[in-house]
Amino acid sequence: MEYEPVIGLEVHAQLLTRSKIFCGCSTLFGAEANTHTCPVCTGLPGSLPVLNQKVVEFTVRAALATQCRIAPYSQFARKNYFYPDLPKGYQISQYELPLSTDGHVEIQVEGQKKRIGLIRIHMEEDAGKLLHDLSSDRGASSYVDFNRTGVPLIEIVSAPDLQSPEEAGAYLRKLRAILMFLDICDGNMEEGSFRCDANISLRPKGQKALGVKTELKNMNSFRNVQKALDYEIRRQTALLDQGDKVIQETRLWDAARGVTASMRGKEEAHDYRYFPDPDLVPLVIDPQWVEKIRAALPELPEQKKNRFIRDYGIPEYDAEILTSSKALANYYEECLNIYDQPKIISNWIMSELLRELKRDEREIEECPVPAGNLAEMLKMIDEGVISGKIAKSVFEEMYRTGKRAQEIVKEKGLVQVTDTSAIEKAIDQVLAANPGEVEAYRRGKGKLFGFFVGQVMKATQGKANPALVNELLKKKL
Amino acid sequence: MKLYEMTAHQLHDLLARKEITSRELTESVLKRIEEWEGRIHAYLTLTPEMALEQAAAADLRIQKGEAGPLTGIPLALKDVICTRGLRTTCGSHILDNFIPPYDATVTEKLRDAGAVFVGKTNMDEFAMGSSTENSAFGPSRNPWDTQRIPGGSSGGSAAAVAADECIASLGSDTGGSIRQPAACCGVVGMKPTYGRVSRYGLVAFASSLDQIGPFSKDVRDTALVLNAISGHEPRDSTSVDLPVPDYTRALVGDVRRMVLGVPRETSGQGIDPQVTKSVGEAIEVLKKLGAKTVEVSLPHSAYALAVYYIIAPCEASSNLARYDGVKYGFRAKGAQDLLDMYQETRGQGFGAEVKRRIMLGTYALSAGYYDAYYLKASRVRTLIRRDFEKAFEKCDAIVLPTAPTPAFKIGEKVDDPLQMYLSDIFTIPCNLAGLPGLSLPCGFSREGLPIGLQILGNLFQEEKVLRVAHAFEKNTDHHLRKPKL
Amino acid sequence: MKISKEEVEHVALLARLKFSETEKERFTTQLNSILEYMDKLKEVDTSRVEPTFHAVTRKNVFREDQALPSSPQDLALSNAPDGDRGFFRVPKIIE
Repeated sequence: MEYEPVIGLEVHAQLLTRSKIFCGCSTLFGAEANTHTCPVCTGLPGSLPVLNQKVVEFTVRAALATQCRIAPYSQFARKNYFYPDLPKGYQISQYELPLSTDGHVEIQVEGQKKRIGLIRIHMEEDAGKLLHDLSSDRGASSYVDFNRTGVPLIEIVSAPDLQSPEEAGAYLRKLRAILMFLDICDGNMEEGSFRCDANISLRPKGQKALGVKTELKNMNSFRNVQKALDYEIRRQTALLDQGDKVIQETRLWDAARGVTASMRGKEEAHDYRYFPDPDLVPLVIDPQWVEKIRAALPELPEQKKNRFIRDYGIPEYDAEILTSSKALANYYEECLNIYDQPKIISNWIMSELLRELKRDEREIEECPVPAGNLAEMLKMIDEGVISGKIAKSVFEEMYRTGKRAQEIVKEKGLVQVTDTSAIEKAIDQVLAANPGEVEAYRRGKGKLFGFFVGQVMKATQGKANPALVNELLKKKL
Repeated sequence: MKLYEMTAHQLHDLLARKEITSRELTESVLKRIEEWEGRIHAYLTLTPEMALEQAAAADLRIQKGEAGPLTGIPLALKDVICTRGLRTTCGSHILDNFIPPYDATVTEKLRDAGAVFVGKTNMDEFAMGSSTENSAFGPSRNPWDTQRIPGGSSGGSAAAVAADECIASLGSDTGGSIRQPAACCGVVGMKPTYGRVSRYGLVAFASSLDQIGPFSKDVRDTALVLNAISGHEPRDSTSVDLPVPDYTRALVGDVRRMVLGVPRETSGQGIDPQVTKSVGEAIEVLKKLGAKTVEVSLPHSAYALAVYYIIAPCEASSNLARYDGVKYGFRAKGAQDLLDMYQETRGQGFGAEVKRRIMLGTYALSAGYYDAYYLKASRVRTLIRRDFEKAFEKCDAIVLPTAPTPAFKIGEKVDDPLQMYLSDIFTIPCNLAGLPGLSLPCGFSREGLPIGLQILGNLFQEEKVLRVAHAFEKNTDHHLRKPKL
Repeated sequence: MKISKEEVEHVALLARLKFSETEKERFTTQLNSILEYMDKLKEVDTSRVEPTFHAVTRKNVFREDQALPSSPQDLALSNAPDGDRGFFRVPKIIE
């Protein structure tokens, strides 16, 4: 029996506001435990929430960028459950009346375009952090840090339109890029500012009815999301093939062992008892405010890509890669400001630069070669100061040390030799040293030309201008 | 007349004329407390040292001529209101040792006004109750008959004022918890319009119903305290952004051309005929003073109790989830694991009534029951609001009894929760609609127990309520009677 | 009978409350009589009535996105039943 996966993803993204969603505590990451709290975010008796307006603005941005419908009337709700990282015993979220619904995101997998539906985007508060590994003399303990409680989140729920782990990966990358382009989230999965849970079920190919789904949690990178989904598909397939049923449950991804495992210690299925939060009044979104936000939206990936194609004349393939992240697009345009050669820069970034970054598993934001430096170096090739071949090793050195091209070229004396008499001298030396090969070449062995070029380059430590070498060598031979 | 027997406005005059000092006044009240607290048990925490320090500071202000109406006046706060650095228990074991790191807004405002805090008063645990018998620290007693309840949940605040153990006090009212104890204890108690007074620092019971309000010996003092505690608060999203009038200007002593609505539905089972008689006589007094009466109908008031006892427990079950032993308050010892810690902490820390309401609320919100209970009750709440909107088209204020009976005996209703809940039938509708309401003494039973007249106004019409109350008080002397202690 | 003893136990678990057997019996009886009283509401036709969740209608109450000083760590932990090295300690959570 052949099965097809049906996958839906739930993303929680932390918003880049200065203060928390319902109080004035700072949202900065990494502070000492319990130093960014107040009576409100720690749920002290008598405390009350007040909504941070920026959170609404950022959520509207996200909704606009994904073609969601923005609800004219929206309300917060309490999601009630007990957990030590949840100080009030409920999370303030949105339930029946979310801020936005019914949007979509376009993805591309293996050249195929696909539209993934978004069911809703709503606002909620983050919970605290639990540490389980601090040593304790008081028996098995867990430790709670409330710095993170109250950090604003948007929850983005996709429709179950994803049909493979690859599509899931593409969707996540696109969504993350959009949020980063909007300047509302920094997309840092390691620090937890961009998180993903998955829902997955299998059904016989062609069947309309959905199978039993499991929820997957604890996947902290795009690769892990894909691996977890891969594993879960295999696991569910095996169950169904044996005639067993898939149990609806939550499973945690164990990256070390490469498996999903059922969550132990879940005493009962959660009954969240949602009801409208009486401490927070309804939101009535003014359409004029929405238009103001729309007008001020930063350029989105799709728009930027089209502009690059149109204004810079680069192919769609290049434009797609260069606009896959805001930082990369900015890097590219910074280079262009200094050296106006779109295709050359594009080629160089896509081949040399991205290769180096990928090897080190670094993002463009951590690139040791500032855009200005790269552009300068490319200009130097253009001006004939260095040859294209030398440039490659110069670039590797720039990447390794962060130094500018000029410095490196000067230090290592790599300036391209364009002085014809110097080249002629080298050629004469090479020809004199290899009489046999000269003889053979003159008698017809054309292939030896490459040998002579190589020798001349060697004699000039690769610095000779190749075009000149070719020209002068031909004359001499 | 002893200092502790006087009202805030009388004392303000004496202080302003430098005939007395706040220190003298505070000492007088503290001595009174010493004499009577043993029998009344109005207080959970007494703060004589802090009070004398505040009195000294107040005296300096008075000397400089910077005194306000409440400067140097000894007040008490219901123990559901946060006071920084001072134990705030909400009448519960689970907060027995809780010391808030911050002041409630009303606390800040009263400090700024130069008031003197003599202590935190006793209450039904987490404001759930109508008799103060649900306090984890023992009930307070009615100064008019110490075998009887002072009402609840703000029983301590009401008893303290009635026994002159403070000049005025603050309570909180969710379903009648200021008005009903005021009626039981023969003092003035007022619940302002929802949103008039900030709830920041008021430990929440039912968020859409709770309001803080004053207890006092007369209506003028009510107006003075209301002036001091009202106002918009940016830290409370439900706080209303409307200017605060000077409520004392409503005390014109005149109700001519005012129309008073008398609800058709305020007679029936369970209402003591003495209450009916007293309230009827009070309405006659108002008519003689020139007010007209008109019958109004509040047809859905019969459902108010059911609506309230769904909505309030639902909100409470969620508001009280934070008492889990993790961050503050009581934590049960020897817990084996997290679940055990939660269950033991909450099982031992909460009393029976609180647990009952948490159970009720949890059930009513749970899967499959939300529509039938919480949602249904919320729709009927709309109908109750509409009843009042229609009624106020015909009248300026509504008059009715505060409680169906005078204070009952301690222990009389503890075993029958539903019977206890029925004490609130006249006070609950006003909370559901968010209206301002006041109770003041209008008579006494044969046993010498106070009976309260309740006056309700439309939203943000505290002035009309105060005007009616003041005119009635001016022309009667029930408020001048004191319990024989 | 509106609510059985088993349902009472389930609700108690949701609410993280613990009861003795006697308490459970008593609560079941009391909750039943209260819930039966609530049946009154079925008499009311609310088919075209919007619910009231807020006593007084306000909307769009916001604060500015400004970071304000937080409580110092010792104050944040001042009421902690079990504070340890700047954290709140609880029995270990097994996931």
